[in-house]
Parts: sequence; C-alpha cells; structure tokens
Amino acid sequence: MNEPRMDRDPPATRVERRARPLVSLGRARRALALVILIGLVVFLILTTQFKEVSLEHLLSLGVWGVMLGGIIALGGIGISLVYGVLRFANFAHGDLMTIGAYVTFALLPLLPRGVPLKPFSFGWEFLVALILTVPIIGLGAFGIDRLIYRPLRARRSSAVILAMASLGMAFFVRSIVYLGWGADFRFYYVGRERPALHLPLGIRVRPDQFFILGVALLLVFLLYLLLERTKIGKAMRATADNPELARVSGINTEKVILWTWLIGGALAAAGGVLLGLNAQLSPMMGWWLLLPLFAAVILGGIGNPYGALVGGLIIGIIQQVSTAFLNPAYAPGVSFLIMIIVLLVRPQGIFGGRSGG
Amino acid sequence: MEGLWAKTLLLAIPLTILLGGLLPLRRGWRLLLGPIGGWALALLLCLFVPSGFLAYLVSFSIMASIFAIHALGLNIQWGYTGLFNIGISGFFAIGAFISALFTTAMPSGPIAAYAQQAFGLEMPFLLGVLAAAVASGLIAFLIGIPTLRLREDYLAIATIGIAEIIRLIFQNERWLANGPQPLRGIPQPLHCLVENPSCGWLPGPLRAFLSPLQPRDYIYFYLVIVVLFVVFVYLAIERAIRSPWGRVLRAIREEEASTAMSGKNIFAFKMQSLVIGAMIMGIGGALYAHYMVSIDYSHFDPLYATFIIWVMLMLGGSGNNKGAILGAFVIWGVWLGSTFLTDWMKPLLAAISPALPARSPYIRYLLIAVLLELILLFRPQGLLGEEKVVSQLIEED
Repeated sequence: MNEPRMDRDPPATRVERRARPLVSLGRARRALALVILIGLVVFLILTTQFKEVSLEHLLSLGVWGVMLGGIIALGGIGISLVYGVLRFANFAHGDLMTIGAYVTFALLPLLPRGVPLKPFSFGWEFLVALILTVPIIGLGAFGIDRLIYRPLRARRSSAVILAMASLGMAFFVRSIVYLGWGADFRFYYVGRERPALHLPLGIRVRPDQFFILGVALLLVFLLYLLLERTKIGKAMRATADNPELARVSGINTEKVILWTWLIGGALAAAGGVLLGLNAQLSPMMGWWLLLPLFAAVILGGIGNPYGALVGGLIIGIIQQVSTAFLNPAYAPGVSFLIMIIVLLVRPQGIFGGRSGG
Repeated sequence: MEGLWAKTLLLAIPLTILLGGLLPLRRGWRLLLGPIGGWALALLLCLFVPSGFLAYLVSFSIMASIFAIHALGLNIQWGYTGLFNIGISGFFAIGAFISALFTTAMPSGPIAAYAQQAFGLEMPFLLGVLAAAVASGLIAFLIGIPTLRLREDYLAIATIGIAEIIRLIFQNERWLANGPQPLRGIPQPLHCLVENPSCGWLPGPLRAFLSPLQPRDYIYFYLVIVVLFVVFVYLAIERAIRSPWGRVLRAIREEEASTAMSGKNIFAFKMQSLVIGAMIMGIGGALYAHYMVSIDYSHFDPLYATFIIWVMLMLGGSGNNKGAILGAFVIWGVWLGSTFLTDWMKPLLAAISPALPARSPYIRYLLIAVLLELILLFRPQGLLGEEKVVSQLIEED
C-alpha cells in the first residue's frame, strides 16, 4: 500500500509554499487574469462574425454565466478549503450539493406554504428551508469526516487514499439520493410561472437568477468576514498555509478541520439549492458539476478560496457563453479544456494557491 | 446430451488454466494434474449441473474475466505506480467503440436510414482489439502530458473529465457511433464454430465434433478467448513487474524524490505505466463490445465502468495481479448476488415506503460504496496484499 508517504511534495515546493500568501494577489497575477478575460472577450467578438449569434443573446448568456459562476464558486470554495486544510481532492463535494438541494426539497412540504414573493418564484418557506438545509449538510459533511476521513488520517493514509474514500462517499451520497427520491427530475415548485425580466441591451434574466447571485455574493462576503476577522478564520488560513507550523504554534487542527467541513458543507448545500432553484433537481446534478468545480478551483489556485470565487465566475461565464457556439451538452468539456490549458500554462492557478508541484 | 463432449472440451481449457496455475504443488505436478483435473471437472460440470445454470456460470465468468482485465490494467497504474486514474470508463468506452467500428460493416440498405457510424472496416477481431488498445493508449498519452508532472490529484481530475467527455461524445454524435442509439451487430470472433454448417475451413472431423453446438453455446467458446486474454495480460504484467522496469515503477510509488535522484526519468516511467495500463483497459473494452454485440454510451457510466473496478482492485489487493483477478470475480459475484438480496428485501422496502421497491437497484450502489469504505478503513491491503519480493533473482521462501 501507499502508506509510508507522509509528505510527498518535493522539497522545492515546500519553500514556495511558505512564500505563498492565501490572500494577497500579486500585480502580475492580476494582469494575467485580465489578459485571459480580455482574450475571452476578443474571442467572443471574433466568433460572432462567423456564426449567427446575436450580441443580445451573448449578453444574456454572459449574465446567466455570472449566476452559474456564483453557484460554482460556492461549491468550489468548499473544495478549495478542504484541499488547503486537509490536502485531498474531495470528489464527494458535487454530491454534497445534490443532497443539499434534495434536503430543501424534502423540507418544503413540511413548511406552511406561503404566497410567492413577487417577483421571485418562491415563498418564505423556501428561504426557511434553505436556511435549515445549510447547517444540516455542514454537519453531515463533518459527520462523514468523523466516520471515514478521520480514521484514515489517524492511520496517516496518503492523500490519494482519502481522495478515493471521498469518491466512495460520492457514490454513497448519490445512492441515498436515488433511494430517497428516485431518478426523475424534481422541481421546487411545479408549474409555477417564472417569467424573465427584460433588461436594457436586450438582456433577459429571471428574477430568481438575481436572487441566486445575491445569495452567492452574500455567502462569499460572510466567508470573507469569517476568514479575515475571526480567530478561527485566521487559524484556518494558517493551517492551509503550513499545517505543521500551525500545529506547533498551538492551533487546534481538529477544530480547524471541524470548521472547514462545516463551512464547506454549508456552502455546498447553498450552492446545490440555488442550482436546483435555477433549473431542476436531478441525482446527477452535482456529479455533472464536478468538472466545472475543479476547473474553477484549479483556475483560481487550489487551496485559495478567493481564487475559487474568481475561477467560478470565469468558468461559469465561459460555460454559458460556449452554449451559443457548441452543443450545450459539451459545456463540461469546455471547462475541462480550460482546466487542461491552466494545468499546462500555470498549474498553480492565476492566483497561485497550493502548488501543483 | 447434445454437444456434451464439445462443451467439455471448451470448458476444460479455462479450468485447466485455473488448476494449472493455482494448485499448491510443484511445477511438474501442476502441469500434469492441471489438464487431468480440468478435464474431469469440466465433464462433471457438464454432466451434473443443469445447462441453464451452467450457462449462467459461464456468462458470469466472461464478465468477471473482462473486469479482471480492467483491474489488471488499473493494477499497473495504481497498484505498481500509484497513478490515481478514476476515468477507467473512458478507456473502457474507447476500447469498446473503436474495436466495434473497426470490425463492423458500414450500415447499408434500409438499415443505413436509422443506423449511422463514422466508419466500418470489417477487420478481423484481433485487429479490432489492437486498434482499441492503440486508441486507448493514445488518449492516455494525451492526458498524461499536462498532468503527470503534477500531484496525483490532477491526474484523477483529468481522467474523470476525459471519461465524462468521451461518454458525452458517444452520446451526442450520431455520425460517430449511432449516438444515443446502440451500435449493433458487432461481430463475434469465430462465431461460425457454433453455426450450422460450421466454418468452411475447419477439417471435417472437427466440424463433426462441433456440429451439435447451438449458437447459444457460443459463450463457452468466448470464455476460452477471454480467459486466454486474461492469461496473456497477467503473464505480461508479471514479467514486466519482475523486471528492472517494474522495480522503478514501485520505487516511484514509494519514494518519488529519491527515485528521481537516482537518475530515473519519473515522467517517462509514469507515462509508460499510464499508457500500458490504458491499453489493457482498451483491450478489456474491446472484449466487452464483442461479447455484448450491441453497445451504447450508457454502458460506460462511472459507477459501472470505473468505480466497481476500483473496488475490485482494492478488495483483491493493489499491487497483486492475482488479487486483481480474484477481486474481479468476488465483486462481480457480489454485484450480481445483490440482486437476489434486493429482491428478497422488496417486501420490507414496500413496508417502509411504496416507492422504494422500484428504487431497490440503487441499494447495490450503496453496498458497493460502503464496501469500498470498509476496505479502506479495515483492510487497506486487500484480501491478498501486495507481493513484496518481485525479483526473479531472489528465491522466494
């Protein structure tokens, strides 16, 4: 087995890791991000010359992409935090989003059904269900850690074994969703009208999508406050930066891990619910999002939660806009291509998270 | 009984290999007793086991052997080199579809209206398998370029990605391999053996010997083919692993930095391991396609074509080729056996909720996932564990 490898990073990256701040964004890196964005826009304008795509449609897609990006960011932040603190790629994260969406679905009929909050398609009970779901999944994620990952950590299993265990959990969680709710698509509100707003420049957006973006931004802001202004946030950043140093400095790593799962699971649940609100619920929804999630995380620098936000927005926009030119089924393929390009050109991501060394 | 001797002959070949390989005796005795025991056992099976159940056992062994080939391929990548490939379904699908496209005929006449494929070369079976291996290896090579210099998680993510994309392509591109519709009519090698009249080129006495066989008895012959492939792959890997090349792979898995310091080109060795493993998976995919005759994208979902193979290798013991084969048979048995379990549980499930019995197949998903976690937690070395001494020069005790 692959047990005896405690630290498999080559020595060179260890030096680099110390110099890598979780937050500060170097100017050169900002410039690179800018170049990528400009390149994207130029590509879009050029391709419109060849294909019959209206600019209005593209703008709408871009705005939807921002919403999708918010959802991807919520999932990606969790993956990035777990990677930073626990150092393994959590393949179960997409399925945590799925089960989050379904828990809200299960809670809705239990709550008194109010009138829709115009212009949104949902009533107060949806907000209550969302707020109830978030801690449930956060605790669930922590429970999985206690049950599976912690015993594995205690045995000093390598990161790959943990990643494999998370793959197993992904299938476990999904089969629970299948058993509980079946394979069919579900909707939070069946048959409720969801008219789109007509905005200037011919952009058409549903009010729900503004809600999605609003919630995503609010949660990211709360995360920012938590990471920057609280003691536990500081401890988390320190652990992500250098776990050994954090431990010898007296940081309670188990407490940090608890918070990592709570936050990661909570954000994943919120992302899943918002994803379900945007379209529909299906047991595969989270698994299909896994590729964009990892593309966003790698693009933003794995281990860097703010990078996940920016990466999520970029991936979301590119995925949506690509549907104007490609069969929409291939949207995950577009994320995959971006991810491969990033791995080739800049494996540490645009903001340089934990290195890909 | 119709075709008793022909069936016995066909069954005796895999049984001889099994006994010849496994009997805890000296080499000379095994070579002597293997064929005798194999013949005797085959005759007993054909005489006393009801033919329906025997056919079930044979088709079970075919699928388990195909999975064993995948598990052997994964064993090179994961068991010996530590490469975390969780996109087996992609190589599985590539192997299956490429071999199918190379060996089928282009649809013509009225069929062409509702069956499309990019090409149909009508090549022999072995060339199809070869093409499958090459195509699969090529995809692995392309995936390896951006990921093998990075931490192992990146390979995992990239392989998941490529597997999903391969599935999406075969699902959506109608022109390529009939899109969402199944690709039908994949030829079965030497199917004429069980037809009447039998293959024209066979000598007369042999034709007379095989003539009682019915087309439904073809699986007895296919089992021989699949088992020969398993043996070939197994022996090739055992040979490679016991060479200096194999020891470098294991050194990379254990201690990458010091292997690099010994002057080994880590990237090149990892790439070789990834590509060879993927080629073996491609062969497995090809054997699957020719067995199923009709395939479509839905056969290659991540649970059925990736996850279950991982559980097979982890259960059998990664780093042990016998373990990979054993794991494939055990897990495939658990997978098929769990249908009986879920059938038996149906009244109980109906009592909990009326919707549950219809969803009971998903209990198998749950079981397999739980099984993997239990293996990781309580028996990470698997049933057989890794063989520590793999040099030909050191005498094993």
